[in-house]
Amino acid sequence: MADLQQQIAALCPQAEFDSTGEFLLVTVPDAQWHALARALKEQLGFDYLTALVGVDWKETLGVVYYITNSDTQEMIHVKVTTDNREQPMLHSVSDIWAVANYQEREVYDFYGIIFINHPDMRRFFLRNDWVGYPLRKDYDASEKLNPLRLEDEQNEDDTCSWVEDEKGNVARVAGKVFDDDEYVINVGPQHPSTHGVMRYRASLDGEIVKKVDVVSGYIHRGIEKMCESLTYPQTLLYTERMDYMAAHINRHALCLCIEKAMGLEVPRRAELIRLIMDELMRLSSHLLSYGCLTMDQGATTAFFYGFRDRELIYDIFDRTCGARMSMSYATIGGVVADVHPDFIKDVRHACDVIEKNLKEYHKLFTGNVIAVNRMKGVGVLDRADALNYAITGPSGRASGVHCDVRKTHPYSLYNEFDFDEVIRTEGDSMARYKVRMDEMVQSIKILRQACDKFEAEEGNEYIAKVPKMIKLPAGHWYQQVEASRGAFGVYLESDGDPKPFQKPYRLHFQTPCFNLVGIVDLTCKDNMIADLITITASIDYVIPDIDR
Amino acid sequence: MKETFDFSIVTTWLHQLLSGCMPAWLATTTECVIIAVVLLAAYSLIAMAYIMYERWVCAWIQCRLGPRRVGPWGLLQVFADVIKILQKELITLWKSDKFLHNLAPYLVLVASMLTFACLPWGRGLQIIDFNIGAFFIIAVSSIGVLGILLAGWSSNSKYTLIGAMRSGAQMISYELSVGLSVLTVVCLAGTMSITGIVETQADGWFLFKGHLPAIIAFIIYVVAANAENNRGPFDLPEAEHELTAGYHTEYSGIHFGFFYLAEYLNLFIVSGIAALLFLGGWQPLHVPGWEGFNEMMNCIPSLIWFLGKAFFMTFIFMWIRWSFPRVRIDQMLALEWRYLMPIGLVNLVLMAIVVTQGWHF
Repeated sequence: MADLQQQIAALCPQAEFDSTGEFLLVTVPDAQWHALARALKEQLGFDYLTALVGVDWKETLGVVYYITNSDTQEMIHVKVTTDNREQPMLHSVSDIWAVANYQEREVYDFYGIIFINHPDMRRFFLRNDWVGYPLRKDYDASEKLNPLRLEDEQNEDDTCSWVEDEKGNVARVAGKVFDDDEYVINVGPQHPSTHGVMRYRASLDGEIVKKVDVVSGYIHRGIEKMCESLTYPQTLLYTERMDYMAAHINRHALCLCIEKAMGLEVPRRAELIRLIMDELMRLSSHLLSYGCLTMDQGATTAFFYGFRDRELIYDIFDRTCGARMSMSYATIGGVVADVHPDFIKDVRHACDVIEKNLKEYHKLFTGNVIAVNRMKGVGVLDRADALNYAITGPSGRASGVHCDVRKTHPYSLYNEFDFDEVIRTEGDSMARYKVRMDEMVQSIKILRQACDKFEAEEGNEYIAKVPKMIKLPAGHWYQQVEASRGAFGVYLESDGDPKPFQKPYRLHFQTPCFNLVGIVDLTCKDNMIADLITITASIDYVIPDIDR
Repeated sequence: MKETFDFSIVTTWLHQLLSGCMPAWLATTTECVIIAVVLLAAYSLIAMAYIMYERWVCAWIQCRLGPRRVGPWGLLQVFADVIKILQKELITLWKSDKFLHNLAPYLVLVASMLTFACLPWGRGLQIIDFNIGAFFIIAVSSIGVLGILLAGWSSNSKYTLIGAMRSGAQMISYELSVGLSVLTVVCLAGTMSITGIVETQADGWFLFKGHLPAIIAFIIYVVAANAENNRGPFDLPEAEHELTAGYHTEYSGIHFGFFYLAEYLNLFIVSGIAALLFLGGWQPLHVPGWEGFNEMMNCIPSLIWFLGKAFFMTFIFMWIRWSFPRVRIDQMLALEWRYLMPIGLVNLVLMAIVVTQGWHF
């Protein structure tokens, strides 16, 4: 860490360092930030922008960037603050890490920070006629300012960017998303293949897609805003409403983050239960993904096969957690209740059945000549782009990125388990599909080991002793887990408020699907409409995870 | 060999009865009306039977139960659906071409009705026997694509337009292959009359009689007919996962119902034609030398034979549909123009050689 600090200090003398936290914190003035960012990526190999978090620190606004070196998995975070609150401006890093494009739009949407030289400075979630910036601490939520609007959004095609000239003067330049003579079709918000209320505006030339504009926010609930008015145990509830196919895993992430901040030790048996639930969730999610991918290509029967086996997993959830979808099972310090007496038996049974049925899935779909023609070489994402767009999870690994958080930053008990990270190099839709299929085998392997470990475990402790009032010291923490669709990160900032019922000062969820949707335009360009469906199904995002 | 019941006895009797009590023109008109009523009834009954059939087959393939609640074994489900669809409002989009929009479903329906009318259902059970029956079927079945194109064009929606363009490209392309494989059979039968084709198969179905070229023609027919019918894996004009519902996205109520009905009837028609051309139509299955077996087969009425074969072919079409993913538009066109049509052409020549050399059985 000290080495790195010296290297960065050499690159940017104005940088200030703080190495007391979990990662090295670099604080840079905005004027130097863009140059430092480029040097960090090109010279020090920090090529993966893990998270970009906008924060309102009352006097100033700012952004915290979590950056990872994809070779050494070393992580640092950089804090950049704006000069004022009235016209907050920062330099965009979207030309360095492409993923920052949508992330900065989100920060602009919620904090009103204008990113200089950003190519497309539109709101990302909210309507373009929204008044105010909701995540600012002084936001006026009055209904007079933002009534329930029933008319269509105006001037959807208008965009702008703030361009800086050599003298440092920043000027607004208006632009257009689509030209007037383009044939633009709406894919969504109600469309059978967007897996939810997602909307793409696709410009077509015959059957060929020329450009895709992502219009998001149709089910945006403002989870991050809501969490700021809830106590820590209450915030857990919302993690399951993001990627509902990774409900256990997301909840586990927030629990881990809060436990880390509290310094709480979780009983090993509780951690094992959580881990088994995570892997069951992953299995269920990949089965769903198989079903949706096949159905989007017209193989309806395969969809039912995938759904048939998920029932087994849902039954396990049902018996132990009392619910099938939003299980609310993990909690700070462990899990809310002990497992069902037949839990391990059920898990083993599910593993056996799914392992057997996987062969049937391959027989039905994988080798089918139409399926191969539809997926092979379609929507290729190479390794550099995958890193640039911070694509993680099965989609990232299909492009050859070593990004499994269970391996790169082991959490929970994963370093005790013997499993392989499935990596392919083709980067096409077929590779993404196959990575998921192979990951199911790995999950089954983990589950079997976990069952053995669980049976060897003594006692019936499922939760640690947790204080009734959860209070965190002032500070900020970041916790990543491997969710079903990629690295799910939680940024938690606490102001150390001494009052009872402490609430998080800022809680940000870095969801994998948000990044996944960023590559839709890149991969679908110059492919056909049918390929757009294949590609979006193979990158497999979940809309509530984008729209938080 | 004992002849099975010839349905023409009934029709001749009816004709004589009517001619005896009214002038000739009135008798013909009355017969036409009777035929039309019977046809319409058969059309809707078959469509309903097919909808039910597909639901059960599809449920069976997908490890489901299918409709079970309405009536015994869910038999009344289709009736409930029809009543529901009849009650629905007919919605036309703002600025759509109302006349063409309303005309399109009828065109599709008329096309399938005309083809439907040509099928010989059993011995002597046929409305009219042209000497160019096979050509007539190919010709009238192409009217359907007009209806689909109009539906897509007049709806004033981008999705329907793409669906219509796809279906235009697809149906016109695959018509060639269907035509070629029909021609191959005509070449083998030496007649274009549908009844003639069926009758020449009395001693053995063309699929078994025609050597390799007949088998190739059969496979081409199955693939091309699937595409002609807009059924999976060639359901691109509808492609619900890409174009929501393709050319009929903007239709509602019974107008949508007409498309739906025509789709199932077309399925019956292509299965029926496959049965006629390759599986001996209403001819029973005969194995040379097995006299007892042949006698037993003769006892089954010809109508049952025809329907049985049609339902069997339909089962194959359904099996394909529910197993395969959908092809992409360029792959679909490549399949037709690069593979099916050239193979079909060569196959036709091959069949001509087989026939002239007398190699067939």
